[in-house]
Amino acid sequence: MTTNESTSEPTLDELVGTATNTALLPEPDAHAYDAIATGEADPLILGGHKFTSRFILGSGRYDLNLIKATIENAGTQIVTMALRRCRTTENNLLDYIPKGITMLPNTSGARNAEEAVRIARLAREVCETDFVKVEIEHETKYLLPDNAETIRATEMLAKEGFVVMPYMFPDPIAARQLEDAGAACVMPLGSLIGSNKGLRMRDFIEVIIANAHVPVIIDAGIGRPSQAAEAMEMGADAVMAYTAIASAGNIPVMARAFKHAIEAGREAYLAGLGTVTEGHAVPSSPTNAADYLSPSAPTA
Amino acid sequence: MIVNGQEETLDEPISVADLLERKGLRAARVAVELNGAIVPRAKRAETMLKGTDTLEIVTFVQGG
Repeated sequence: MTTNESTSEPTLDELVGTATNTALLPEPDAHAYDAIATGEADPLILGGHKFTSRFILGSGRYDLNLIKATIENAGTQIVTMALRRCRTTENNLLDYIPKGITMLPNTSGARNAEEAVRIARLAREVCETDFVKVEIEHETKYLLPDNAETIRATEMLAKEGFVVMPYMFPDPIAARQLEDAGAACVMPLGSLIGSNKGLRMRDFIEVIIANAHVPVIIDAGIGRPSQAAEAMEMGADAVMAYTAIASAGNIPVMARAFKHAIEAGREAYLAGLGTVTEGHAVPSSPTNAADYLSPSAPTA
Repeated sequence: MIVNGQEETLDEPISVADLLERKGLRAARVAVELNGAIVPRAKRAETMLKGTDTLEIVTFVQGG
């Protein structure tokens, strides 16, 4: 039973009823040390456009003078914005967005597919972008996306040549229908917009990721860098965040924390996460009892 | 004429481009929709407005 013969007290092995923990770290995979494509060699591709950043930043409600520093700290290449009636072009958002950033107008305010198409066409007229984030909602308490209207809008906009990025409720069937309708990606919500609660819809997003042929971008509810890393570790292609950063104590530093977390999560996913075991430890040091020192050191 | 939901009087015929200028709006920052159809940038100078028209002038604002 035990090789420890120097004591009559029961050993822990005897108490828990196992002689020896025979679990072994698995041998490294034959390719475990191969170079793999990461960073700039692992781009996010949306509608044929390549991006090296996997962090999409919302532009809402920051001090306009902070936007540039926030974008730079986030390392983001895509920034979202909304379209509204124009009272003045003084202090216009576009004056504060650095050159080279891809504008991603959303269709917020649209309640059906036709209104989303109208907003997308106007947005394209303002800044000659083909990118559009379809967002169709009926109320402002929960801001839940209407998947059926979003699928209709996606089909209409894809036919007009837009790079369509639909915000959606994480229904895996709707995700497939969005793909079929011509979406460049799907953007399921992690939890309610602005709630900072993280991946509450995790199980369904995992199903979407497992079956998607387009990038999956977690769009709403990601509240802290660890949640962004978690999303990336499970195979999300990118994360969009706004409230988590805008409501932080220091906005540009939190933007940088998200950048690091998203990069770390992506690399962890590409590397392949280690095995999870239940009910026993996996020793990382040798456990041959004969090689242990004696339990109590001899006194001089 | 209705501009962004507000009634406005039109004393004399005016083009879309002139209306933007009169309102102090930078042409490069806005899109214009006249009676439900976009007026492309290249057509703003030649598109004349009538008293019965409905106009939407939009721009980008901060949003997620």
